Amino acid sequence: MQNDLNILVVEADQTKAHEILEALKDGGWQNATVIASASALERILQQHDPDIILIDLANPDRDTLEHLCFVSNARKRPVAMFVDQTDEAMTQTAISAGLSAYVVNGLQKDRIKPVLETAIARFNVITKMQSELEAAKQALADRKTIDRAKGLLISARNISEDEAYSLLRKTAMDQGRKVIDVATALVTASELLQ
Amino acid sequence: MKMTPIHCGYLPLVDCAPLIIAQELRFAAEEGLDLQLMKQPSWSALRDRLAFGQIDFAHMLSPMPIAMSLGLGGVATRVDALMVLSVNGTVIGISADLERQMQQTGWTNSFDAPQATSRALFEASSRPLRIGVPFPFSMHRMLLETWLSQAPGYAQERIEIVTVPPPQMADAMREGALDMFCVGEPWGTVAVQHSGASLILPGSSIWACAPEKVLGVRHDWAAENNQTCQAMIRALSKATHWLDQPQNTPLATSILARSQHLDLPDHAIDPALTHQITTKLGQPPRQTDRFLRFYQSAANFPWLSQASWIADVLSDWHALENDQARQIARACFRSDLYRAALAPIGVDLPKTSEKVEGAMKAPTLTSSTMGQMILGPDEFFNGAVFDFSASDMPKN
Repeated sequence: MQNDLNILVVEADQTKAHEILEALKDGGWQNATVIASASALERILQQHDPDIILIDLANPDRDTLEHLCFVSNARKRPVAMFVDQTDEAMTQTAISAGLSAYVVNGLQKDRIKPVLETAIARFNVITKMQSELEAAKQALADRKTIDRAKGLLISARNISEDEAYSLLRKTAMDQGRKVIDVATALVTASELLQ
Repeated sequence: MKMTPIHCGYLPLVDCAPLIIAQELRFAAEEGLDLQLMKQPSWSALRDRLAFGQIDFAHMLSPMPIAMSLGLGGVATRVDALMVLSVNGTVIGISADLERQMQQTGWTNSFDAPQATSRALFEASSRPLRIGVPFPFSMHRMLLETWLSQAPGYAQERIEIVTVPPPQMADAMREGALDMFCVGEPWGTVAVQHSGASLILPGSSIWACAPEKVLGVRHDWAAENNQTCQAMIRALSKATHWLDQPQNTPLATSILARSQHLDLPDHAIDPALTHQITTKLGQPPRQTDRFLRFYQSAANFPWLSQASWIADVLSDWHALENDQARQIARACFRSDLYRAALAPIGVDLPKTSEKVEGAMKAPTLTSSTMGQMILGPDEFFNGAVFDFSASDMPKN
């Protein structure tokens, strides 16, 4: 029964869009479409006439979407944010996960809720993955900088790698800064002096 | 002193300056507030986060608290406007193509002639004008419709107003997706620099004292945190007073440019604060009186009559019962809290909380709580006058 819901996902990041679409397909919703930006939205709203629109809370295109939903006559059926149709706890969870959704007024609550739950779950996974990926990238970049700073100290002061690291750590402790900040300052200064 | 942490959402526009100044120059700290500014990606996101208590205060478009309280768009929540953060400061611009067509009708751009300009617009364009605004519930859209609907040749189907996020406005103009826009600074200046647009009017030429941004807060939260609200009003009153001193403008520009909150270069901030607006690339800037204002002429005062004016436009758009809409809107504009916060520290305030909108063609001496103060001008481009007290309205 739920398969006939027409779902539109507005998401510019292809990987993320794919993830959400897959989650929806796994949940049994086959009629899900992704568009990258709101610029083509007007036409797509007319073509697809979606029952539910899912969009990242932080997506700047949301204001454009709201205008089309609430104000223009692109669609005859009124649209509401899902809070009007379901419980506030659900809305809080969605907003915390960074998801906003628009549903056609009059759509039954028990048909909306599973879609949102699926999307919220996937949004949470994606957010976690993205922050882990960011953290890993950052750690790698930090290590490269610290290695370069160690290299500079080794050749300038003729000390061992362990001694170079100890020196960085001691300086950081003395100045109440992080090792990476001291290392970055050293690398920047040496680049300027070259 | 124990500091009260408060979270305030904002959009990175020049007119969020009072918030940044209140934080950087410690006006908020002096009031015992640990003011945390939280940048928001869109007006919708800012509205939702305010409604769900993720932020306490918000830098909002003046019609937003009223629209939310009326249940229009998104989450229906009672939101109050504690004060006006800025008046005016918007610009209307057109594409190079449209400008050429308008010039063929004999029009020249004086940047202060709304009626001649709207006549030329409809004469020049054979197809509907596609006009970008930042949000459906914005003073931008209200000013545009007020102005264009009075023009000879106007018909509803001759304009199409769409929402385009301000940072995308210049691109939309360059790609030909828009013929025209109304936007706050720095985005008008950016459109001139990057998409060959020309600015044809400042918003202030349509309404000389239009409330542009307000400080929004949930009605229930304001009731529970009355003292915090008053402290915030005092901090922002001091910040806006500081901002409106001409000798502070250069320092204000560099504080805003250096601030991590705005992420705009000096040359994007300057025009709004110095009121020197470059309307077309390669031309000298024009001194534009009554541009973005923060404090002078009781700019911060949340006039009940301004709320009524906004309510009337919203009633018209959404076929609401007008008296009821006005009543809800007037309850949003908290002139009572504003007075309670500022009267004890000796800020001069207007005697009444209501004025006849549009009546002042020039700066006018009026009675105030401490004697006399200068208000206005607040005229409309067509001389329209709105006397809301004349109708049968409850007084707050």
